[in-house]
Amino acid sequence: MTAILEINGLNKSFGGIKATDNLSLTVEQGELHAVIGPNGAGKTTLISQLTGMQFPDSGSVKFKSRDITRMAAHKRPHLGIARSFQITSLIMQMSVLDNVALALQACDGHSFRFLRPARSVNSLRERGRALLDRVGLADNADSPTAALSHGEHRRMEIAIALASEAELMLLDEPMAGLGAQESTEMVGLLQDLKGKHTILLIEHDMDAVFALADRISVLVYGHIIATGTPDEIRGNEAVQHAYLGEEA
Amino acid sequence: MRAGLTVLVMVALAVVPPLLYWYANPFYLDLASRLVILGIAAVSLNLILGYGGLVSFGHAAFLGLGAYAVGIPAHHWLYGGMDAIATTNGWVQIALAVGVSGLFAFLTGLVCLRTRGVYFIMITMAFAQMIYYLIVSIEEYGGDDGLVIDTRSELPFINLDDPLQLYFLGYVSLLVAMLLVRMIVHSRFGMVLQGAKGNEERMISLGYNIYAYRLVAYVISGAMAGYAGALLGNFTTFISPEMMDWSRSGELMFMVILGGFATNVGPVLGAVAFIVLEEVLSSWTIYWHLPFGLMLIGVVLFARGGLVGLFTGRGGKK
Repeated sequence: MTAILEINGLNKSFGGIKATDNLSLTVEQGELHAVIGPNGAGKTTLISQLTGMQFPDSGSVKFKSRDITRMAAHKRPHLGIARSFQITSLIMQMSVLDNVALALQACDGHSFRFLRPARSVNSLRERGRALLDRVGLADNADSPTAALSHGEHRRMEIAIALASEAELMLLDEPMAGLGAQESTEMVGLLQDLKGKHTILLIEHDMDAVFALADRISVLVYGHIIATGTPDEIRGNEAVQHAYLGEEA
Repeated sequence: MRAGLTVLVMVALAVVPPLLYWYANPFYLDLASRLVILGIAAVSLNLILGYGGLVSFGHAAFLGLGAYAVGIPAHHWLYGGMDAIATTNGWVQIALAVGVSGLFAFLTGLVCLRTRGVYFIMITMAFAQMIYYLIVSIEEYGGDDGLVIDTRSELPFINLDDPLQLYFLGYVSLLVAMLLVRMIVHSRFGMVLQGAKGNEERMISLGYNIYAYRLVAYVISGAMAGYAGALLGNFTTFISPEMMDWSRSGELMFMVILGGFATNVGPVLGAVAFIVLEEVLSSWTIYWHLPFGLMLIGVVLFARGGLVGLFTGRGGKK
């Protein structure tokens, strides 16, 4: 296997708080790699640095051997990195299909095109509908995004992440706020993506993580304390300590 | 429904002012000319404010630059000096108005668009005031006292000294401006612009360099307002720094918000309401700004889609 994402000695502090502390992590091509950790472990800060919303104080991030540590956020998707948001981040004023079409449009060359109405571009609309169909939202394509439920928004996030056909998908807590039934559906959806895309899954939901992940890394106080298969992690003492020891 | 309203408003603007001019009081055509010209500026502001979510408080600067791009060449043509730009040729003057405004939008946009929210409002206003004081300080062009344009722009087939021809040039320009903005808004570019208004972080994550898209929109908007300024200079034949004062920028914002932002006909309706109210209220009282302000507050509070929302029975695009 070859590494698609290599994170080396990453550090990020906010004032006196070390949100990321000498963090190193490698994601292999094709795997579903989950990052778990208690609240405040620095999961969101890690994602921010991988997407370029924040830059680390030191350390490096390499994507396919290319250093992207300080690359602007809007350039990264074009290398093949897509993301979903922990807190649903959609364009509420637009229709569901418009949201997905915008994601497709982003990968379809520049958008300094002024003449033709974007909604009449069949390639964008049809591919958009196909993606919505894949996440089970085909019937909602023309609804205003704001009218959909939270669970449906979560699935829109996945459809948008899929739109770029990215090699690496960064999924930031796709189960956040989902009910039991919706969680099961989301696990099914991710199961379907597994193997087709390399996925770095940041997740709180343990059942989902252990059901899905090829490998799991455990993040505590900004540092990876263990990486391994679900079985290895289950049996790891340091992990049990972090989760059950002091905090329980 | 909204398309019907647009047609109604534009047909009324084509028919009513000439009839008033012929059968009632010629003065009404003056009002209508000011209306369509300010309407173009409001339509251009709507592109960035309504569809782009960029609350620019310095739009009058473009109007002023456009007007001076007519006034200054005409001044030199008559009184000598600056041979390079001394002309009454309308094409040259309009090209100058559009070019200078667009360039000003580009240079200030490079800085302004790095800021957000209140800071963006303040910095666009600051740049506009900068131009205001620059013009005030230039004695040659009248400074504070303004500049009389002795000769209107010369264009083929059109005589701008004829108020009716001037009006229809403004009217057709407004129509073209509306169609242009409509086309831009629905294009791929327009979708990106509106997406960035709806969710900046999402658009960046999709790979859009929204700064570049906004800058282009800002330049288009500024250039259009500059064109409106060239018409305004020809209409008033007297220009002064006062026309680019921040309160003028505020009036353009009123029009967009009052009429219904992010709708095609909204800014035009807003311009109609503004001109009519200004005329009616100021004939009653010199303190007309007070009832006018109260009405604006009323519209903002109770009719979120502006006048377009009121007339079509639903809010405009939020």
